[in-house]
Amino acid sequence: MATGEKSKPWFIARLKGGVTEIKALIIHPMETGLRRDEKTGKAVPARYIQEVICTWKGKKVMSALWSGRVSQDPYLVIKIMGPAKGDTLTLTWTDNTGESDTLTTQIK
Amino acid sequence: MINTKRRVLLKGSLAAGAIGVALGAGLLSPRVVLAAWPEAAFTAESVDGALKELFGTSTLETSRDVEINVSEFVHAPFPVTVKCDLHDISSITIFATGNQQPLVASFDLGEGALGYVTTRIRMAKTAQVIAVVKTGDRLLSAAKEVKVTDGNPGD
Repeated sequence: MATGEKSKPWFIARLKGGVTEIKALIIHPMETGLRRDEKTGKAVPARYIQEVICTWKGKKVMSALWSGRVSQDPYLVIKIMGPAKGDTLTLTWTDNTGESDTLTTQIK
Repeated sequence: MINTKRRVLLKGSLAAGAIGVALGAGLLSPRVVLAAWPEAAFTAESVDGALKELFGTSTLETSRDVEINVSEFVHAPFPVTVKCDLHDISSITIFATGNQQPLVASFDLGEGALGYVTTRIRMAKTAQVIAVVKTGDRLLSAAKEVKVTDGNPGD
């Protein structure tokens, strides 16, 4: 990543040999609340994703609970069986401040 | 009639406003926002404590069926893959014992999901990464020593 450039989240799913591999990159600071700002010395407030849900046809295929020790800009890979090419998957995250986002992809 | 509708709208926006204010002032703790997030498990300072909060027991069975892929020497953050080829896996949980609060993440797996998770985590110092896989009533586990070369003590 180039300096100062904010990368974009991505969410892809590929069906191969009956297994769909789902990969995602979420853009999020994942601050534990325990870190201090290097310049000001003040504690950086906690801001981290607590819940990530992946759905297929309205069913949860994965529902994750996270701490602030998951890395900044979290990366995730899971594998599922069942979906077909072209099916839609969604990935929704919610952080401790109540902010959330939903990513959508079609299986290739 | 018109009044009733207006009052409902007003009540709705007032309630939303109040939540916004409460959030801004830090009055609502995260668990109020997200009912499912088990705060006691995530703030537990031992693996046993977190396990009891999550599963009601801390009894683990060491299992060769649970595979952890992680480098021996890492810079934080580092990728971790947990894999288990058994059927009927209901969850995969990752602990990093080098953190003050070792529970990092827990993944509930739905129907059709394979026993496979990759993510990137942080650990403050050299210690173990522990994976716990729930299948039926059993908690299977594996552990791997990870040498952290530049951990942040805040983690």
